Amino acid sequence: MKKHTIAVIVNDQPGVLQRVSGLFGRRGFNIESITVGSSEEAGLSRMVIVTSGDDHTLEQVTKQLYKLIDVIKVIDLSSNPMVGRELALIKVNAEPASRPEILGVVETFRAAVVDIGTHSLMVQVVGDTEKIDAMVELLKPYGIRELSRTGVTALNRGNSK
Amino acid sequence: MITQGATLKSKEEMKERISKPEVISGSEILLRSLLLEGVDCVFGYPGGAVLYIYDAMHGNPDFNHLLTRHEQGAIHAADGYARASGKVGVCIATSGPGATNLVTGIATAYMDSVPLVVITGNVISSLIGSDAFQEADITGITMPITKHSYLVRDVEDLPRIIHEAFHIANTGRKGPVLIDIPKDISAAKTLFKPVTEVSIRGYNPTVTPNKNQVDKLIKAIEQAERPLILAGGGVVYSGGHEELFEFVTKTQIPITTTLLGLGAFPSGNDLFLGMPGMHGTYTANKSIQSADLLINIGARFDDRVTGKLAGFAPLAKIVHIDIDPAEIGKNVPTDIPIVGDVKTVLEIVNKLAKRADKADDWRAKLKASCEQYPFSYTDSDVELKPQWVVELIHETTNGDAIVTTDVGQHQMWAAQYYKFNKPRSWVTSGGLGTMGFGFPSAIGAQMANPDRVVVSINGDGGMQMCAQELAICAINNIPVKVVIINNQVLGMVRQWQELIYDNRYSHIDLSGSPDFVKLSEAYGVKGFRATNKEEARAAWEEALRHPGPAVVEFVVRKEENVYPMVAQGSTIDEMIMGDAE
Repeated sequence: MKKHTIAVIVNDQPGVLQRVSGLFGRRGFNIESITVGSSEEAGLSRMVIVTSGDDHTLEQVTKQLYKLIDVIKVIDLSSNPMVGRELALIKVNAEPASRPEILGVVETFRAAVVDIGTHSLMVQVVGDTEKIDAMVELLKPYGIRELSRTGVTALNRGNSK
Repeated sequence: MITQGATLKSKEEMKERISKPEVISGSEILLRSLLLEGVDCVFGYPGGAVLYIYDAMHGNPDFNHLLTRHEQGAIHAADGYARASGKVGVCIATSGPGATNLVTGIATAYMDSVPLVVITGNVISSLIGSDAFQEADITGITMPITKHSYLVRDVEDLPRIIHEAFHIANTGRKGPVLIDIPKDISAAKTLFKPVTEVSIRGYNPTVTPNKNQVDKLIKAIEQAERPLILAGGGVVYSGGHEELFEFVTKTQIPITTTLLGLGAFPSGNDLFLGMPGMHGTYTANKSIQSADLLINIGARFDDRVTGKLAGFAPLAKIVHIDIDPAEIGKNVPTDIPIVGDVKTVLEIVNKLAKRADKADDWRAKLKASCEQYPFSYTDSDVELKPQWVVELIHETTNGDAIVTTDVGQHQMWAAQYYKFNKPRSWVTSGGLGTMGFGFPSAIGAQMANPDRVVVSINGDGGMQMCAQELAICAINNIPVKVVIINNQVLGMVRQWQELIYDNRYSHIDLSGSPDFVKLSEAYGVKGFRATNKEEARAAWEEALRHPGPAVVEFVVRKEENVYPMVAQGSTIDEMIMGDAE
């Protein structure tokens, strides 16, 4: 099963997220992550969806998405070089003794500590999915109290669209 | 029967009158917009959330509204109207339960690509989301079964939304569009200016086909030794039946039409093989399995047609012509995809197409096969046979009636034994298989075609799902001829239980059904019952002569099965041919 990252440019209308995600659900397509926000044009939003399946599935996903009236454009980002990023906030147990070690990890990953509690640290990390996964793995031994990931947002590199 | 009294001229005057910019309510905007869209008949049911809309109808001489007895009746009637006319069917229901009662009808229309504009009321905007009395999130509920939907948030948007809804419903791959109007929006006033143009970014159905693909098709026809056309409902919806006829005549390629494609091609033609699929003809199914070129025109390779997908048309190069790109390759891998409007595609193809010269042996073989294996049944002089009843209906209406059906055995017998020659003469729920559809859809078909004979063929099961609409036939003198093929059971379920579930008949006995003659008469509709051929002919002919609505119950043999039959999971040439009684 191949992973595909697609961007869906949609009219910024109430219910459009429901239309798109509902379509994935009832047609049996998988959503690994979905992010929505404004795009470069007022009135249009950009959704970035990470899905998995063979080429036939991707073709059907694309065609079915185009059937939605509010869908303006579907772009298979992963067919070209792209930059994909997600952000994670990780609240990790951090007793004074273990803090230097944790800060070492944070520094290595070019992450940042964005909040400090008496027994914990909140770490913010930005990167591709694999980087976030690795960061989470490294912090696990200390005890992750809470974790929140945004899902992937992405754009194609350079001039490719 | 209600007919539009207005002459063409007065219609023009009316249009001019209602187009004038004026400050009016959302309800009045809705009514005027519908009239400007050319809607001449709306089916509906009032309730709290649409009271302003119904108030605007009061005393409005231009607006023709039929009050059904159930919202399901209203939407199936609107569906029948649309299928039999090619125009957009319209129905109105209130919020909550009124709206949810439409769900089956919306899904029915969606599966068969029928253009509908469905108007529902909703609670006032400020109460939306508060679980208010009779509130339901109908746009959310119907999202998977509508082509598009609108929840109106500003009365200013209403003219644009209505115009867009009609455009979306009846262009591209057609389908139902829902407009949900909160009560305060239908009450709010604004300056009404009719919207006549539509621009929806991102919605541009491809009408004209790719030239390269058309050339590939022409070449494939030249090379084919066993070419076959599989035509579907898309031919009817695009109005491309004449182009299809020209295509077949020019190329002399044998043709089979799906259930929804019946009438798209004249059934008496030498090249017509009948319907394929689960209850299709022997020849149609065999021909698909041995064809070397299968040209699908406006059909969607439904599983009732294809049988086991892995073994479907194993030798054929597949051509698929469809307005909806998502249909191409969805079920069957396609060698030559042609996205476009069927009529437009065939117009272009017809300019280039030539006779398929290599297919002479194939044509002869299929013609002989059709003669050898027609649909057949063992007639009886003791019991009424449902197939005979359909033949009687065909004979007495000269094959010119509009036939609507419910779902089940009678539907298949009607498809098999009524020979259709014209498009929009066959109204049936193909995709969803909706019981309760047959009778109310006939009311809509008759409203759209006041001068044609409309026959609604139903089973005793489905008739009881919307029998209440007999009232609107009686009150409005809508002269639908309702046939009930009464075998006292759920016939198709009985057939499956006999053949596949080892005669374990579970909950199919419809004992306790009403006396259909008395039921009809209770509504003020003429009722007849027939138990043998003599009674059947006499009753049916009298019903046909009767100027108003009539119900004829034909009491038929309970154990009769529909043959041929392809069991689910089999390839379509693995047919059970019948029990040769």
